[in-house]
Formats: sequence, structure tokens, C-alpha cells
Amino acid sequence: MKARVTVTLKNGVLDPQGKAIEGALSSLGFDGVGHVRQGKVFDLEIEGSDRTKAEADIKAMCEKLLANTVIENYSIALD
Amino acid sequence: MKSAVVQLPGLNRDRDMVDALTKISGHAPVTVWQTQTEIPDVDLIVIPGGFSYGDYLRCGAIAARMPVMDAIRRKAEQGVKVLGVCNGFQILVEAGLLPGALMRNTSLRFVCKEVLLEVVNADTAFTRTYTEREVIRCPVAHHDGNYFVDEETFKSMEDNRQIVFRYAAGTNPNGSLSDIAGVINARGNVLGMMPHPENLIEAAHGGTDGRGIFASALDAVAA
Repeated sequence: MKARVTVTLKNGVLDPQGKAIEGALSSLGFDGVGHVRQGKVFDLEIEGSDRTKAEADIKAMCEKLLANTVIENYSIALD
Repeated sequence: MKSAVVQLPGLNRDRDMVDALTKISGHAPVTVWQTQTEIPDVDLIVIPGGFSYGDYLRCGAIAARMPVMDAIRRKAEQGVKVLGVCNGFQILVEAGLLPGALMRNTSLRFVCKEVLLEVVNADTAFTRTYTEREVIRCPVAHHDGNYFVDEETFKSMEDNRQIVFRYAAGTNPNGSLSDIAGVINARGNVLGMMPHPENLIEAAHGGTDGRGIFASALDAVAA
């Protein structure tokens, strides 16, 4: 089973890298782009076919390691 | 007073820390490897700076999940003093031993220079050799020292006097919230700071401003 975890910064947390990317896009001539936020994507392969268990396991992985919930949100998508 | 220095792959300031602790306390600290599940009987545990696990995922994130951290958590609960410097500070926040998070510097650049620190709280086990609002010099060297904490936690930290060091006189090198350079836990025995006091402890370093932190924590001076 394939899973994708997306980690994004919470609202209100300053994102200097997102800001720099936004500036770079603008300097490339892409006008009208605002509020660029940088995040992370993790692709995982989970053994077995129990989706409920996989989701619970991945949630635990996010809480324990993949995301820092002080500053980040996460979402889980199972194939 | 006995001390321990934690070692993890990628930390590179451990020798500076061993040297500083030896010179200031007169006793060499024990070193503790990341897989150790017990820490010897010491009064101060130091997590030094560096780039544990190559800063992969987030600075300090992987180190914070190593077995030695459970041992440090237990010692901290018993009241043993814990000091985290630079990557050590990042590891302590990732381990949940200190509030907040350390994010990429707003300049996006690695900063390596000397800054000025205001001792905001001189009534801690780590700062009692300083005076309140004293400004000291201290080197910094980091890419992710931009301290962030939510508003509610910040307020309670201010009320509990948990902000111990602030960058002074416009020297904030990383954009940290409220110029925060170092914070302590509510109990007052776990301190994390981005600057490197171990690199300013003797004449050869060009000053001794950092010495007081170790002297305080090691009871190397009269209380």
C-alpha cells in the first residue's frame, strides 16, 4: 500500500524559505503569486492491506517524528 | 560537581564542551553515547552543538528520538541540570523538554559571528553569576536559530521568567521571536540556548563572558 504524507507549516508561522521562493517567482516574471509556503512530502510503502491500521500507524509516525506539531500540520493520503 | 557530555553522530562541538567543563570544574566530564539507556550520577548533562544526523528532517529531530534522550528526560524529571547549546537546544525542543521550535534563520543564511546577549533572568541555576540585564558577548554559529513559540505559551513563559537570554542591541542574527536566544523549562533545570558560551571561556578565546553559565551550573563559584 502506498501512502503520501504532506507536512505544511501552520498558519501564523513565519516561513522565510517560502518568502524567498515567492520573491524568486516574482523576479522570474510570474506576477500575481502570493503567500507561498514551503512544505515536505513523504512517500511511504506500507506492508499489508489493513487500511485502518495503516492510517493509525502513519498518524503515529507523523505525531512522533515526521511532523513537528508545534509548527507543522500534516495530512495523510492512502492509495 | 560531576558532568556528562552527550555524543551523537554529527555533533562536532563535543570536544569544545569537554574542554570547557574540564577547565571550569577541574574534572573531566563523562561522555555518553546516543544508545546508552542510563546516565551516570552527574549534576549537569550537556548536549553540545553540531549537526546531528546531518540536520535531516528537521534540526535535532532524529537525535531527539534516540534512546539516550529517554535517559535524559528521566534525569531532568529528577531535577538534574540539563544544558543544550545550539544543536543541543534544537534537540531539547524536538524532544519536548523545552517549549517552542527552532526554524530557519530569516536571512536564510548560516550565521557565524559574535552577538550580544542580555541576561534576562539572572535568577537561574545557569545564570546566577551574572547580574540582571547584564549584556555579555557570545559567539553564534547556526542556520536554524529562529525561535518560535505560540502566543499563549510565550505569555506563560514570560510570566514564569523562562526567557533567560535575549539578543541585545539589535544583534538578533536569526529573526527569533522577541529576540529570544535562550529559554529554560518551568522547573528551572533545563536550559537551551543558540549561542556557544563554551567558546568564550578563556583569554585565548578573546574573553570569558561565557564562563559564568558553566560556573553557575557546576557550582564552581560561591552561590
